[in-house]
Amino acid sequence: MIAFENVAYNYGGGELLSEVSIRLAPGSFHFLTGPSGAGKTTFLKLAYAELLPTAGHVTVFDRDVRSLTRDDVAMVRRRVGVVHQDVQFLDHLPLAANVALPLTVAGRDGHMQDLTDLLGWVGLGKLADALPASLSGGERQRGALARAIIMGPDVILADEPTGNLDWEMSLRLLTLLVELNKMGKTILIATHDLNLIRQAKSLVAARVLRIRNRRIQLAGADL
Amino acid sequence: MSVRRSLAAMILPDRQADRVVPPSGPTAWLTTFTAGAMTFLAVFALALSLASGRLAERWAGALAGTATIRIAAPADQMAVQTAAVLDILKTTPGIASARAMTDDEQRALLAPWFGPDLPIEALPIPRLVELTESSDGFDAEGLRQRLLAEAPGAVLDDHTRWQRPLAVAASRLNLLGTLSMALIAATMAAMITLAANASLAANAQVIRVLRLVGAQDDYIAAAFVRRFTLRALTGSAIGAVAGTIGIALLPPVDEAGGFLTGLGFTGLGWFLPLALPPIAAAVALLATRAAAFRKLRELT
Repeated sequence: MIAFENVAYNYGGGELLSEVSIRLAPGSFHFLTGPSGAGKTTFLKLAYAELLPTAGHVTVFDRDVRSLTRDDVAMVRRRVGVVHQDVQFLDHLPLAANVALPLTVAGRDGHMQDLTDLLGWVGLGKLADALPASLSGGERQRGALARAIIMGPDVILADEPTGNLDWEMSLRLLTLLVELNKMGKTILIATHDLNLIRQAKSLVAARVLRIRNRRIQLAGADL
Repeated sequence: MSVRRSLAAMILPDRQADRVVPPSGPTAWLTTFTAGAMTFLAVFALALSLASGRLAERWAGALAGTATIRIAAPADQMAVQTAAVLDILKTTPGIASARAMTDDEQRALLAPWFGPDLPIEALPIPRLVELTESSDGFDAEGLRQRLLAEAPGAVLDDHTRWQRPLAVAASRLNLLGTLSMALIAATMAAMITLAANASLAANAQVIRVLRLVGAQDDYIAAAFVRRFTLRALTGSAIGAVAGTIGIALLPPVDEAGGFLTGLGFTGLGWFLPLALPPIAAAVALLATRAAAFRKLRELT
């Protein structure tokens, strides 16, 4: 689904990632952990073709990201849902329109029942008409998750999705992601919240990857 | 996506797509105002171009095919010289007709300067012979040589020294009008490009979000292009109406005469300003599309 082969990434000031080789199999659940600045966000950006590797190959849905045109990248992003810590919405549109944005840009409007169901599933059914500025951090994260999955993506990438949330809300979001994984979605969550990872491992067979010294390792029992 | 499909997507209304860009920004009025002001000026440039074209035709038509011979001779030799000139003209190939102007006709010619009571008989005024050339034309230089030999006081004026600079002046005016319209279009494109760039930069976050959720460049560009095209069309329509009213309010030709008062449109020419708003919209579409794709490549 997404594969890294001897990938390196250089920001100009030095190498951030080096010799990264990993494959995210369909239906798998991965955590990516590591200290701040280790390259977790860069790894995710490479996975959804926001960045191109400076060495090696990133393959998304069997296509090397270097061979993708800008339109191809857009099509890839319709199959990869992304949730950022600093959720960005279109501030002039209500939550429902923001969540439906992937459908709108893909010309697949008219799935209003799906939208209503999805907002209810993430617990935002009553906030459909609210503007993003009026939402709390947790509501914004759940809105972002709803937006990321409304197209029925094959892969969901989440970058510190619980970074601004309290423990209760973090667990709620984790539960949603676990449910999505049980529906067959491939999940990768970048986080440094070890408690969240421990909690997840009790719910799902998750693999934990750690970035250390620019390389990715499979984390062991020390978690 | 082909350019034709891409352009079609940018023209056809799409309410959902239009909503993704915030409804207005600080540059909203700039495009409308620029298109309006530029179209207002373009109406005058168009009128200038058409008027100079008409003027060139009028001057050419009035002077073409005619010439004048001016005979300066003592009063007692005037009749002889005139007869000699008319004889020469009869035998000159390319001359269809020739006649000496009467005293009354010459008095009428001088009336604007000296009044109607000029005692023309008492003044040493040259006699004018008016000739019309045939379709083959005549050899002006050859005729001058014959006049010099056989009627030394006669001078041929074939109007070319008037006609040529007037034709050049009219042609230059026509070119100036066309050039003005091109410059106006280029200035409008530049201003709209600046406004579009400002709008795109102000909406950088919107663009990033749209790219993140899978929007293609055509989709994002179209949302901006439609908006700028509509603003340019609106502003240009206002400018075209205002400019046309301004032209219509110019004094009529008969009232004052002269070139400037003939600046208005004639006949179907009054409908020509209607072509300017679609042209302005097309300029806006192309300028915004180019700016949008350039900015999209920079931003994402």
